[in-house]
Amino acid sequence: MPILMVKNLTKIYESGMIIRRYIEAVRNVSFSIEEGEIVSLVGESGSGKTTTANIILRFLKPTSGEILVDGKDIWRDIKTFEELREYRKRVHAVFQDPFSSYNSFYPVDRVLYQALELLDKNPKSPESKSLIEEALISVGLEPKHILGKYPHQLSGGEKQRLMIARCWLIKPKLIIADEPVSMIDASTRGGIIELFEKLKEEEKTSILFITHDMGLAYYISDKILIMYLGEIVEQGSPEEIISNPKHEYTKNLIESIPTLYRRWE
Amino acid sequence: MNNLILQVENARAYYIVENNYIRAIDDVSLDIREGEVVGIVGESGSGKTTLTNVMLMNIKKPLSFIDGKVSLFSNGRVIELNKIPREELQKNIWGKETSIIPQSAMNALMPTKRIKDSILDVMKTHFEEIHEKEIIDKAKTRFEEIGVSKDAIFRYPFELSGGMRQRAVIAVATLLNPRFLIADEPTSALDVSTQKMVLKTIQNLREKGIVKSIAFITHDIATVRQIAETLVVMYAGKIVEISPMEEIIREPLHPYTKGLLYSVVTPEPEVKKRGVYHIPGAPPNLMYPPPGCRFHPRCKYKLDICKKDEPKLKIINNRKVACFLY
Ligand SMILES: Nc1ncnc2c1ncn2[C@@H]1O[C@H](COP(=O)(O)OP(=O)(O)O)[C@@H](O)[C@H]1O
Ligand SMILES: [Mg+2]
Repeated sequence: MPILMVKNLTKIYESGMIIRRYIEAVRNVSFSIEEGEIVSLVGESGSGKTTTANIILRFLKPTSGEILVDGKDIWRDIKTFEELREYRKRVHAVFQDPFSSYNSFYPVDRVLYQALELLDKNPKSPESKSLIEEALISVGLEPKHILGKYPHQLSGGEKQRLMIARCWLIKPKLIIADEPVSMIDASTRGGIIELFEKLKEEEKTSILFITHDMGLAYYISDKILIMYLGEIVEQGSPEEIISNPKHEYTKNLIESIPTLYRRWE
Repeated sequence: MNNLILQVENARAYYIVENNYIRAIDDVSLDIREGEVVGIVGESGSGKTTLTNVMLMNIKKPLSFIDGKVSLFSNGRVIELNKIPREELQKNIWGKETSIIPQSAMNALMPTKRIKDSILDVMKTHFEEIHEKEIIDKAKTRFEEIGVSKDAIFRYPFELSGGMRQRAVIAVATLLNPRFLIADEPTSALDVSTQKMVLKTIQNLREKGIVKSIAFITHDIATVRQIAETLVVMYAGKIVEISPMEEIIREPLHPYTKGLLYSVVTPEPEVKKRGVYHIPGAPPNLMYPPPGCRFHPRCKYKLDICKKDEPKLKIINNRKVACFLY
């Protein structure tokens, strides 16, 4: 059974007080992710990627369609706070800029404490302390260089490693990663990519990797979904998508991507 | 080799902030020759934009030109730009001899002005008197030449797509047929299909003879590799390598160039085969750059000398590299 199944998902945003306007942000989207699989959702900004992610994360209600995680419908079968909490342990998010909002005023330790609280552990206990250190080391961070610092004292790469350290604490079955490396300089990006690969290999974590970068999707994924104007217009293995794109949009996209080892024409 | 158009020799340009120097350009030398597209790559903060201001000698506080020489070669004359007052550069050099598509210019167009009025404003900085009709006609022609409808000049920026706006900026920057054009991250804010179009537009500027030489600045090697014949690699305010494009892609010499190239992720089988590298650590704060080679704290090949002495660019065949391994 797949970890995640998305069936005929549709989200229509309504706006306007007097003249109501409807925007179909996601239209009839279906796909699935198996255990230990990395699936990329590729599309340009505005194509519906983040809306899809927010619905899977249960931040946003769909207009219609079903999301099944381990066979349970997340909008129908999760009713109590306890069930929602369980869900947050199974499905975890890694965002583009994790410290953009309220977290920017607190030492970075806080994001790890939050993870421990989700696990019902007292963040200040000696056990928690060693869990935190272990998690930091697995993502290549030196605990004494990180703990007690404020977000602005860390580089983009370090902050993103820290968010992935949370995944090492919680060990979710599924990670929804929305543009997790797009703010990180090229020369450090490879290190973050390795961390996702390591979670997949060592913990059999499944990852929905959301990106506008086809090169990245090609490199990291087992399967690629191409999203365009709210719809998934094509899906397949990275090799299929790159060497034999079928949809006009995908063809045009792939032709436009600059290549390193070949010069155009 | 073709004639020189612009030559930067041992330039230093520092930002002065609270009595401290930020050594953004530190002993940089670079030749731009006629007919050439030179790509300049480096990560954010490596000094690329500061270098564009040095090439133009557009030095404004807090930036200060410490020493060095910037020479423009024009009709057999050599003009030392670093000795010319700003007003004179504005009247006689900028826009006519050298010009720039500034980083983020397409988003900096005045939202309340039609494109044509922005063009007239720019022209007023170059001429005491302007003939409006003549300039408008010229602009219309240039817009058509680079593939934008001439009516776009009567529009407001928000009425144009990103690609159109960027091409409008290109048209304005090249209106007076400058011989040397600098493009600072001209494609970075655009989505991929528009990037390709804008890249072609810039390539055509040289093919149509609108400009002679181009410096194309970006953090994206795969993009610049499509258009430039020479690649200049910057790290922490210095040039670490200069090389013909094909050779540097095939065999990068400087350890930083290697790290940078091998971290590029494009949808190509070669990338899957070689894997995606990363360079540990982060670039230095340019207020306190490390002694010796600025890359040595992150370099896995470092020698003792790298911690003490600054490597100079050394010529190896038709390439240059600043590294003690060579
Ligand atoms: N106006 C400024 N005042 C002070 N420091 C600046 C200013 N502009 C740039 N810098 C610093 O100069 C260095 C080089 O910056 P820049 O030339 O903009 O690099 P790039 O274009 O490669 O991103 C960086 O350390 C940056 O923080
Ligand atoms: Mg810049």
